[in-house]
Amino acid sequence: MSGPGTDAGKGSMNEQVTGATSLIRALEAAGVDTVFGIPGGAILPAYDPLFDSKQIRHILVRHEQGAGHAAQGYAQVTGRVGVCMATSGPGATNLVTPIADAYMDSVPIVAVTGQVPSGAIGTDAFQEADIRGITMPITKHSYLVTDPADIGRTVAEAFHIASTGRPGPVLVDVAKDALQAMTTFDYPTTLSLPGYRPVTRPHARQVREAARMIAAAERPVLYVGGGVVKANASAELADLADLTGIPVVTTLMARGALPDSHPNHLGMPGMHGSVAAVAALQRADLIVSLGARFDDRVTGKLSSFAPGAKIVHADIDPAEISKNRRADVPIVGDCKQIIADLLVTLREPGGSGAGDCAAWSGWTRALAARYPLGYDSPEDGSLSPQYVIERIAAAGGPEATYVAGVGQHQMWASQFVRYERPRAWINSGGLGTMGYAVPAAMGAKVGEPDRTVWAIDGDGCFQMTNQELATCALEGIPIKVAVINNSALGMVRQWQTLFYEGRYSHTDLHSSRIPDFAKLAEAYGCVGLRCDKPDDVDSVVAEAMEVDDRPVVVDFAVHRDAMVWPMVAAGTSNDDIQVARDMAPVWDREEEGQ
Amino acid sequence: MSRHTLSVLVENTPGVLARISGLFSRRGFNIDSLAVGPTEHPEISRMTIVVNVADSPLEQVTKQLNKLVNVIKIVTLEPGQGVERELVLVKVKADATARGQVLEAVQLFRAKVVDVSPDAVTIEATGNSGKLSAMLRVLEPFGILELVQSGMVAVGRGSRSITDRTLRPLSSTG
Repeated sequence: MSGPGTDAGKGSMNEQVTGATSLIRALEAAGVDTVFGIPGGAILPAYDPLFDSKQIRHILVRHEQGAGHAAQGYAQVTGRVGVCMATSGPGATNLVTPIADAYMDSVPIVAVTGQVPSGAIGTDAFQEADIRGITMPITKHSYLVTDPADIGRTVAEAFHIASTGRPGPVLVDVAKDALQAMTTFDYPTTLSLPGYRPVTRPHARQVREAARMIAAAERPVLYVGGGVVKANASAELADLADLTGIPVVTTLMARGALPDSHPNHLGMPGMHGSVAAVAALQRADLIVSLGARFDDRVTGKLSSFAPGAKIVHADIDPAEISKNRRADVPIVGDCKQIIADLLVTLREPGGSGAGDCAAWSGWTRALAARYPLGYDSPEDGSLSPQYVIERIAAAGGPEATYVAGVGQHQMWASQFVRYERPRAWINSGGLGTMGYAVPAAMGAKVGEPDRTVWAIDGDGCFQMTNQELATCALEGIPIKVAVINNSALGMVRQWQTLFYEGRYSHTDLHSSRIPDFAKLAEAYGCVGLRCDKPDDVDSVVAEAMEVDDRPVVVDFAVHRDAMVWPMVAAGTSNDDIQVARDMAPVWDREEEGQ
Repeated sequence: MSRHTLSVLVENTPGVLARISGLFSRRGFNIDSLAVGPTEHPEISRMTIVVNVADSPLEQVTKQLNKLVNVIKIVTLEPGQGVERELVLVKVKADATARGQVLEAVQLFRAKVVDVSPDAVTIEATGNSGKLSAMLRVLEPFGILELVQSGMVAVGRGSRSITDRTLRPLSSTG
C-alpha cells in the first residue's frame, strides 16, 4: 500500500530493496544527518544499510536513554527533528523516559525501534515489549509497521507529525521481518492524514480583539512560553515588546526568547521566579499568553492566580487553551504568525493604537530593581553554587549553549545565566528528568558543533547518565560539564529543610567522597578538574574553556545549605512568594507606587 | 455533570480503540458507554461515546480527542437533536404461570421474544435508554436471569451527514 500522489525519493521506482534499506533511505529522504542509537537483535537488519549511509552519522551511545535525550538536545538547538534508534524490549523501554520528556516539552523527535518478527508479536517472545502501546500516552503518535511496503510512508508521516503543529515525539516500531523482507522503496511527498491538520493561521477577528484589549489594558503582561522559541518568533516578540512597552516574563522553557537585557524583561515567573515577574502577573489586568500553558509551577494555586486579569491565550494546540485558566480571547495558531498579525493590527492607522502602560511598566521595573535575584555567600568561605554558575556564564557568554539537569542547579542556571538568544538554554521542564543534562548537551554539541556547550549538572543528576561521557570522548563531542556538587539531592533536601523540619531522609549522596568525579572523568577519557574555593573558580573555568579536543568535567564542591530563592511553596498562592526563608516582599509599600 | 453524546469518526486502524479509551482513563474522564462499528466508508469507523462530565471538561475531552492523529472528526449530539438507540438482550424467568404477563410486557414495549424455554424467555429490545430501563423495571419482578446491553449508537436528524468532506488528502510536506 502506498500513499496517494507518491513518487520515489531516491532510486528507481521498482528497485527491490530490503525493508531495512527502505528505512534508512526514508530517514535520508527526511533529511536526517545524525542518529543516536544502540543496535540489538530486532533492529539489527537496519544497522546493516546504516553502515553504508554517507548522509547519516550514527552515534553509538551507552544507554538508550542517552540516545533519546541526545536527540532532544539536537532538536532543541537546531529546530530540526532529532532521531534515536533502539532495539525491541528493553532497548525500546529505555527510550520511554526521553519520549515522555519530549512530549511534555514539545520537542520534535522520531524514535525508531525494532520489534520482534510480526509472527511472534503477542507471544511474549524474547525482548518483546508493546512499545507502541506503552508510548501511546506519551507520543503525538506511535506506529507499528509489519508490512515493509509501509516503511517509507510511515517515516514520512512520523517526521511530518513530529515537526509540525505543536512539535512532539513520534515512535516508529518496525517488526524485524518487515526489515528483512524485500519491497520497493517509496517516500511519499503527499501524505494522507485526514485526522491531522494543525491550525497555524490565527483567526483575524480574535487577533483584532486581542489588539483591542492590549490597547485598552492598564496593567498588561506578556507571558511568554516555549512555543515562542519553537515558532522562531523571538524577533516578532521583541518588536511587540518594543512597540507596546508591555512588561515581559519568560517561562523556564522560554528563557532567551527575549534577551534578558531587554528593558521590559522581568525574568522568569513561577515557583522560583523573580519577585517582579510573579507580582506583575498577580496584579495584571491583562495577561497575553504566547505559547505558554499555565503550568502549575507558574500559576501556583490556580484559583488565586492573577485574579484581576483577562486572558488572551495564543497557542498552536487548541487543547491548551482554557485547559487550566479560562481564556477570554483564545487564539489558535503559530506564535510567529500570531505576533506578526498582532503587530500589523496594533500599527494600523486609525486603529486603537498600542496603548500606554508606562506607569505600570515603571512600577514593575522598580520592583525588579528592589528585588533583584541574589544570594548570600557562605560565611565559612566555601563555594556558593550561584557564584559558580554566574562565573561559568561570564566565561561562556551569550553565544554558548547551557544545558541543565533537574533540581537546584537547574533553577540557578535559569536565574543566574543571562540569556540573550533563543535556544541557548535547554532543560527538562515539564517532566523534570534528572540525568537530562549530559546526553542532551551531547546532542546539542552535535547539532551545533561550533558552539561551546556547558552542561550545568548536579551530583545526583550526573550519576544517572554520565556514561555518555564515553560516547562524547570517543565520538569527538567536547562538551563541558560543571557538576554543582553539594553532595546531596539538593532540591529534595531544600524541601526537607523547609517542610520536614530538617529531617534529611535519604538525600545525602556523599558525593564529596564517592565517586571521585575528576577521576571518573579521566577514566572516561575526559579532562577532570576540581574546584572548592571561590578564588579558584575563574581560573578553573578558564582551564575548562581551553579544552577543545575532549570533554571536560569540573567538580565544583559547593556549600550544601544553599537554597533556591525566591520560592512559592507548592500548592500555595503566588501572593505568598518568599524572597528568602520567612521573608516576604513588602507589598503595601510597593502598591503605593502604582 | 451531565450526559453528552459524541459521534467520533476514526481511521479504521489497529489500536485506535486503545488510544481513545486510554485517553479517557488517563485524563480522568468517565465513559458511560462506547459503541464502535464500521461506516459507509470502509476505512472509517464511527464511535458513539456517552460521557458524563460538566461543560468545561467536555471541551477538554473533544480537544484532546481531536489531537489523536487517527481521530478525523467529532460531533457533539445535543439531547433531542439525534436519534439514540441501545440494544438489550434479557433472559427473564417465565414459567407457564408468568409467561403471559411477561409477553404482555414485551408487547407493551414493542420488544421481541428471540428464544423460549420452559422456564424462561429471552427478549430483544431496542430503544433509547429511558425506554429500555422502563422495560427492565417492568421485567425485574419476574426475575432477570441474564442481561446484556450494547452501548448507545446515535445519528443526527435531517439530511446532513457528518462523514462528508473528511477524506481530503493533506497537501505536500516538502
